[in-house]
Amino acid sequence: MTDITQHELTNQPSRLKIIWQSDFGYTFRKSPVAVFSCIIVLILVMSAVLAPLIAPHNPFDPGTLNLLNGFTPPLTPNAFTGEEFFLGTDDQGRDIFSTILYGMRVSLFVGFSAVLLAMILGIILGLIAGYVGGWIETFIMRVADVQLTFPSILVAMLIFGIAKGFTPVEYRDQMAIWVLILAIGLSDWVQFARVVRGATLVEKNKEYVQAARLIGRSGAAIMLRHILPNVMSPVLVIATISLALAIIAEATLSFLGVGAPPTQPSLGTLIRIGQGFLFSGEWWILLFPSITLLSLALSVNLFGDWLRDALNPRLR
Amino acid sequence: MNSPPLLSVRNLVVEIPTRHGVVRPVDQVSFEIQAGEILGVVGESGAGKSMTGNAIIGLLDRPARIVSGEIFLNGDRIDHLPLAAMRKRRGKDIGMVFQDPLTSLNPLLPLGHQLTETILAHLPVSVIEAKKRAIAALEEVGIPAAAERIGAYPHEFSGGMRQRVVIALALSAEPSLVIADEPTTALDVSVQAQITSLLKRLCRERGTGVMLVTHDMGVISETADRVAVMYAGRLVELGSVRQVLTSPCHPYTSGLMGSTPLASKGQKRLHQIPGMMPRLGNLPTGCAFSPRCTYAQDKCHQDLELQLDTCDGRAACWFPIGEQEA
Amino acid sequence: MIAYVIRRVFHSMIVLLVVGLVAFAMFRYVGDPIDNMLGQERTQADIERLTEQLGLDQPFVVQYWKFLRNAVDGNFGVSYRQGRPVAEIIAERAPATLELATVSGLFAILVGIGLGVFTAIRRNGVASNLIMTLSLIGVSLPTFLIGILFIYVFSVELDLLPSFGRGDVVQVGNWSTGFLTKSGLLALILPSITLGLYQMTLIMRLVRAEMLEVLRQDYIRFARARGLRERAVNFRHALKNTLVPVITVTGLQLGSIIAFAIITETVFQWPGVGLLFINALQFVDIPVMAAYLMLISVMFVAINLIVDLLYFAIDPRLRIDGRTG
Repeated sequence: MTDITQHELTNQPSRLKIIWQSDFGYTFRKSPVAVFSCIIVLILVMSAVLAPLIAPHNPFDPGTLNLLNGFTPPLTPNAFTGEEFFLGTDDQGRDIFSTILYGMRVSLFVGFSAVLLAMILGIILGLIAGYVGGWIETFIMRVADVQLTFPSILVAMLIFGIAKGFTPVEYRDQMAIWVLILAIGLSDWVQFARVVRGATLVEKNKEYVQAARLIGRSGAAIMLRHILPNVMSPVLVIATISLALAIIAEATLSFLGVGAPPTQPSLGTLIRIGQGFLFSGEWWILLFPSITLLSLALSVNLFGDWLRDALNPRLR
Repeated sequence: MNSPPLLSVRNLVVEIPTRHGVVRPVDQVSFEIQAGEILGVVGESGAGKSMTGNAIIGLLDRPARIVSGEIFLNGDRIDHLPLAAMRKRRGKDIGMVFQDPLTSLNPLLPLGHQLTETILAHLPVSVIEAKKRAIAALEEVGIPAAAERIGAYPHEFSGGMRQRVVIALALSAEPSLVIADEPTTALDVSVQAQITSLLKRLCRERGTGVMLVTHDMGVISETADRVAVMYAGRLVELGSVRQVLTSPCHPYTSGLMGSTPLASKGQKRLHQIPGMMPRLGNLPTGCAFSPRCTYAQDKCHQDLELQLDTCDGRAACWFPIGEQEA
Repeated sequence: MIAYVIRRVFHSMIVLLVVGLVAFAMFRYVGDPIDNMLGQERTQADIERLTEQLGLDQPFVVQYWKFLRNAVDGNFGVSYRQGRPVAEIIAERAPATLELATVSGLFAILVGIGLGVFTAIRRNGVASNLIMTLSLIGVSLPTFLIGILFIYVFSVELDLLPSFGRGDVVQVGNWSTGFLTKSGLLALILPSITLGLYQMTLIMRLVRAEMLEVLRQDYIRFARARGLRERAVNFRHALKNTLVPVITVTGLQLGSIIAFAIITETVFQWPGVGLLFINALQFVDIPVMAAYLMLISVMFVAINLIVDLLYFAIDPRLRIDGRTG
């Protein structure tokens, strides 16, 4: 096995290289916006993933906190302890840089999981609606229509509220992250389902699907093996754009106090906390989480825009 | 004829800068139209016919632009006029009829509105007078019950009727020149002849000059007085309809005749010109038609300037048909 | 056309029934209403009395029907948290939200259409490109960050505008308005721009895209070829043709404005329905949540219906069957 891989590596260009040299790779290299936003996304995701290694402090370990370090401005030694913090500290003496890294972890985790949930749900329901048809299709698409009547953030809030109502009070903080993922994921499946259904309706009548049906393949196998690969590129585009929306939705919910709990703060929670110090002059507590959220949302958005144009010029 | 021609185009060059360099959809085109005369302009799609028309009326889409040459209307130079001055001439001095009547009328405005706004933009008349003229214009192009239908919307008319309305609109401010860009191409075959004869009648009555852009040789033979043949942005033949149609000089014109079905001649097969018109960014050196030309010789492939000077000044060809032995 | 309207109304009714079902299910099954209402010191008699009073012992369909009847009468029960009728609380808060939403809706539509037309006509101008770039950033910005930014610039640094609340309000009958006092008007500025900015950007980008599409159409070329003035071409011919899709999106965006007011009201501590909803959400005050859901659905459905009817006013092609039948 290693031999074969070795062989392939030396004699054939790797898959990455093939992508890099394709038209797609070409348009990517030629677009400064795409390259730049992609780099920013990569840096942010990497630093969130590696937060425990990079962060100078663990903001959730009360043992390392020193209240005397509270309100230290960025790059200035603390008046009492002489300690210096890259981006300053908050009222509890937590290092802002570390809380941002950990907060971004929560934001990205919720964002990715929610989009994954929405994607899986949307693909399954879309495939079923498109392939099976009949009253099942009518039902699924009607539900989608009703849900689409309302802004997804409102739907997410409601789902959050309902799910919270079902959670026993003592578990609410622990479960908050999962409830958040559920709420955002459920609020966002419609886009995926619509695109997948549309594409399925087209693919369903193509000859290769008819052929697969004739040789007795099951409906599920046809949907997954034959139809799904053909609808992946629009799904990918929607997923990227949804990711930006999910990150913003999570931040918004947490900012409103109906998202991530204070024990597990996301970027939105940090901004909510920071807003309290807007008038008292501790600007860094608010500014740095805001900038991080902005660059995250903006770069994912820009990358998604570019991806949409690159994969399907007709969507422009 | 001693009076100055109605329209005179001299050495017109239109260029479009593209990523792969500058292309010339119109290259050194010169022709004249007299008052009351109908000049047919034929050629394949992309030969530069419409582009020439758009250049004359000053409606080239950016980044296309006139880089050299002169256009005179009634003796006044009209290329590179200031925007406002050109706008006043459009509709008033030059009318234009577009290809597709389904898309050239604004779907959300009543016909009468579109007519009166045009009349009011150019003629010093009252709103009531403009409305009267609008009704008269519709009657003239053969819209039945024009006075009642003045408030109707375009979607309430058939394609042929709409093209009549378009002609009424183009002529409503009584221009001296009409550019008709494929006015019958989008129509049913059954109404094509009606529209061409309507256009012909109205222009004859008013002494309006017409530049009739088409790729339909049948329309040309029925309507036009003279015909200009364009190929890859250049004028290859220009002469009276009778001359050009019965004894074409340029091999391309001859090929174009051969690929037009003429029932009268009882042809069995349509002749095809081999190959395709080259892309503008990729023109051959020498005569642009030479790679497809059955008469081409070495001279045709050399980088020499061709002029409309063979065949009594009719064709731009080194070896015109009928003069091969020369 | 009448058949179409009836079909739309019927469709709207279904949406409302579904939403009503969700609201009812929330009310009935999320947590135990009796637990929530009675608190710790309750007797078996209390429980039985309340069960009967709420009709919790009756069949599901009967309960649902009663819930809908009550909702139509404006009776949404009693807030768990405040112990007052929900309808009363909402009636107090509604004027603040409606005034905010109206001002930001107007801002979004007027500025959005204006800038959209401007950037489409001056497609390659410096100002247009700047506006388009800013709008791209604007779409990516979360609303609450824009609000915070505005507060920082205009309240903290420049000290020009208030950062929270409605200012002084005047009571006109049951309606408390901020339109009649200077401080009330000043207090409206930041929240309404914050709330309307996103919608404004969307409308602007849509108007621009539609305008660019329409400006390429033959009838625009033909209008130019007839020598009409640029202003007539752009506004009389082009803008009108962009309006059908613009109205769709604008209508939906107006609905969103009321929903997004939740965020803006939280940032600016605006005492409206949105802030009420967020507080209800934090404390799982189900009757308030259910009532809010019902109210906002009625608004959305009404807006959708109005949008559908507006098409007929604009596009004569849709009126065909209206004339004959």
